[in-house]
Amino acid sequence: MDDRLRHNFAEVYPGFTSTQAMDESNRCLFCYDAPCITACPTGINIPSFIKKIATGNLKGSAKVIMDANPVGASCARVCPTVQLCEGACVLNDASEPIAIGMLQRFATDAAIKSGERLFAPGPSNGLKVAVVGSGPAGLSAARELARFGYSVTIYEAKDKPGGLDTYGIVSFRLPQEISLWEAEQVSRMGVEIRTGVRVGVDVQPEQLLEKYNAVVLAVGMGQVPNLGIEGENLEGVYDAIDLIESVKTDAFTGDMDGARVVVIGAGNTAIDAATCSVRLGAGNVKIAYRRTRSEMTAYDFEYSFAKEDGVEFRWLTAPKRIIGDESGKVTHLECVRMELSEAGKDGRPVPVPIEGSEFLMEVDAVIKAIGQTRLLGLIEAFSLDHYKGVVTVDPRTYRTSHPKVYAAGDVIFGHGQGEAMVVSAAQQGKLTAHEIHRQLNRQTAETA
Amino acid sequence: MADLRTDLAGIRSPNPFWLASAPPTNTGYQVQRAFDAGWGGAVWKTLGSLVINTTSRYGGYNIGNQRVAGFNNIELISDRPLEVNLKEIYETKKMFPNHALVVSLMVEPKREAWHEIVKRVEAVGVDGLELNFGCPHGMAERGMGSASGQVPALVEAQTSWVKEAAQTPVIVKLTPNITDITATAVAAVQGGADAISLINTINSLMGVDLDSWNTIPQVAGKGAHGGYCGPAVKPIALSMLAECARHPQVTVPISGIGGVSTWKDAAEFLLMGATGVQVCTAAMHHGFRIVEDMIDGLSNYLDEKGLTSVDELIGKSVSKYTNWGDLDLNYRIVARINTETCINCNKCHIACEDTSHQCIERHMDVEGKPYLKVREDDCVGCNLCSIVCPVDGVISMVEVPPEAQPMTWNERVKALSAVGSGN
Ligand SMILES: Cc1cc2nc3c(=O)[nH]c(=O)nc-3n(C[C@H](O)[C@H](O)[C@H](O)COP(=O)(O)OP(=O)(O)OC[C@H]3O[C@@H](n4cnc5c(N)ncnc54)[C@H](O)[C@@H]3O)c2cc1C
Ligand SMILES: Cc1cc2nc3c(=O)[nH]c(=O)nc-3n(C[C@H](O)[C@H](O)[C@H](O)COP(=O)(O)O)c2cc1C
Ligand code: SF4
Repeated sequence: MDDRLRHNFAEVYPGFTSTQAMDESNRCLFCYDAPCITACPTGINIPSFIKKIATGNLKGSAKVIMDANPVGASCARVCPTVQLCEGACVLNDASEPIAIGMLQRFATDAAIKSGERLFAPGPSNGLKVAVVGSGPAGLSAARELARFGYSVTIYEAKDKPGGLDTYGIVSFRLPQEISLWEAEQVSRMGVEIRTGVRVGVDVQPEQLLEKYNAVVLAVGMGQVPNLGIEGENLEGVYDAIDLIESVKTDAFTGDMDGARVVVIGAGNTAIDAATCSVRLGAGNVKIAYRRTRSEMTAYDFEYSFAKEDGVEFRWLTAPKRIIGDESGKVTHLECVRMELSEAGKDGRPVPVPIEGSEFLMEVDAVIKAIGQTRLLGLIEAFSLDHYKGVVTVDPRTYRTSHPKVYAAGDVIFGHGQGEAMVVSAAQQGKLTAHEIHRQLNRQTAETA
Repeated sequence: MADLRTDLAGIRSPNPFWLASAPPTNTGYQVQRAFDAGWGGAVWKTLGSLVINTTSRYGGYNIGNQRVAGFNNIELISDRPLEVNLKEIYETKKMFPNHALVVSLMVEPKREAWHEIVKRVEAVGVDGLELNFGCPHGMAERGMGSASGQVPALVEAQTSWVKEAAQTPVIVKLTPNITDITATAVAAVQGGADAISLINTINSLMGVDLDSWNTIPQVAGKGAHGGYCGPAVKPIALSMLAECARHPQVTVPISGIGGVSTWKDAAEFLLMGATGVQVCTAAMHHGFRIVEDMIDGLSNYLDEKGLTSVDELIGKSVSKYTNWGDLDLNYRIVARINTETCINCNKCHIACEDTSHQCIERHMDVEGKPYLKVREDDCVGCNLCSIVCPVDGVISMVEVPPEAQPMTWNERVKALSAVGSGN
């Protein structure tokens, strides 16, 4: 990637200046029993951290945030705040809600800059926990367990920790150094993060179950599934998550300059893939979605962000076939128009093809972004109960069908269970740690 | 983490943050909640002669978006029976043996009256007494509060009466409604006070309602002067603290009061010689929970400064506070504007142009972009531009080499008279 392109991937929104942070933090009413706290899935004491910005106690402010949310710096950037804390701000009814996300970023940026370790590990209790996966759920569970005094080892398949925060969310919304700082905070508490180790391949589940008092499964989800249509293997057809990862790790070797791109899907991933393509120099980027805007799972802020980037939307449009030339390069995408029939089992209207409405689009690249597959192999290697790849847990304790194994984050998301968000993964990781502590404490008390 | 414990004339407290004698310390329920929230000490709402309070009582001074920049009240001392207060004080002290529980007192300026109340209060077990010579309204009209607090001889006499009976440390709380607060501070010390606290509230009338033409606050269409406190009084309190702290005859520790709202205010009071602070308005504005950031912020600040205890902060700025005549007249600073970060609001320009020394010039660069520049030769270094600038760090006041050796006014007068007498 050349420097011009690299520049495109710098963070879109600059952080607050100190003056902005002062003005905005002083605007906060410091409500008592504030609704924003309840609206935050991790329950950050928002008025408290904002008041601390206003008093110039930035370290204290960052600690309030990170105490409740071990990935609070990432969340400051990627949380759908309009739906969460900012949506609950009482000032919505009087003027403008407080820019909580931006203030959260201001405080955590200061902590990143100072480089200080924010939390100390608890005195060792001699118990050991393995965490599989170092995304928001895994990091959060590990951080809490370390504070309780557990010896924690994280097994991470990739070279760097952080999960999708490090590899999956585009750098112009979330630069790598943010999630790497969060992981570093956790490792500086004595948590060992073994990167480049894939559980199920390099280490077997039985080994973990034998060696550790408990195991937290926080492996998220897998790659983008196949569309199940002709031509998916042509050159120029990408998996959105792979594409973003290759760009974020500076390993992208393709050429999008001037390209006509169609992204298939309409969730977080589709938006990130589309805006990523724009920044790679694509000439025209369209998102094709088989339903309409109202069924789209991407958040409003993501939708407007894509629109601002010039991304076009083609609603009620489903792919049928990808066509290539003799050299194996993609040239066209055949689509069919859809219409919505009444709601299906999941409550969403079912799109059905309109017969004879097929049409061709000239394309240089097709990006698949229709969700993520489930890591069935690993889940079954642990012999866990699951429903279509979504690990079954007790919703209160996050315990799986195996008494020693707990699960949190995207690996338990789906079929009406939770939301695939960084902040909910973080909260689940935290609660899982608390539950493990409760269980193991009880066990040790019983044996003693 | 630094050691936040304080010791004011033998009254120990887990941290320097106390609630001042006022509505927040009216009942056992409140003081217990406050200790639970983290306050290190509390001075119980003043006990003494029978009073009846009015409704309404308070007024708030809002400046722009800033609510409660100042606060005033026409409330008197505790209007609950003495026995009830004593019972709750006893219970509270039992529950919180390590917190500082001081009781504020105010009775008629009679020896027997003071002896009696001191004995009754100390009997339930308290850590100290505070004599309220400050309340500016109501009680003063009956010869108590600031009426006796404004007369040094009365302060001295009453303090010594209390000391005759008291077993616990005695703090004398001073009124700011006096020309020179060190006069009453010295009188308290001469009367045997173990510590002084300042300031109580300042005479005030909060406002006039432009529809009804009533005073604010009003009681059945009439108003009376009240006592002013809150953030707006902090500079006044700080200067009175500084005057007492540097006075050679004020030899006792000082509890600082007046406008303390954040850990920063508290740190300033400590630097200026207070051994701890008392807070009323900020708690009334936001609730007891504000003490959490006061403790956290002060502790982080001490860590940052490499200090291991608050004691190391106390009084460190006192020697920097002096008389005008001892300031170096040849010291020079000038304003410098950072054109990179300046937002060109021109507020500094118009302030200097209209009301200071006409030395901030407006220019245009080659690209036609406006910028501001200080004509340093004419700048008197008054700070006005940097005060009105809305963006922190844009205007800095920088030292420039002085044109002559340091010389104060007093030195100048002395030198001139030496030359004069030499002739
Ligand atoms: C493109 C994109 C954009 C998104 N945008 C947002 C957004 O704006 N806001 C938001 O809140 N959420 C967003 N999300 C969702 C969010 O990223 C996830 O919900 C969150 O990261 C889930 O956290 P997790 O810890 O459960 O899993 P992950 O972050 O997926 O982490 C799982 C980790 O486990 C590791 N792992 C997997 N298998 C193994 C194994 N066998 N052995 C060892 N390690 C293994 C993986 O390498 C990975 O590091 C987005 C997701 C995507 C894909
Ligand atoms: C409503 C109200 C009632 C008060 N009553 C008393 C009192 O009974 N005794 C006393 O010594 N001071 C009393 N004060 C003064 C406070 O203790 C304190 O000295 C003053 O408010 C300054 O501190 P602040 O700026 O933190 O409010 C009262 C103040 C207020 C606002
Ligand atoms: S705060 Fe309001 S409700 Fe409470 S006593 Fe005062 S006027 Fe009454």
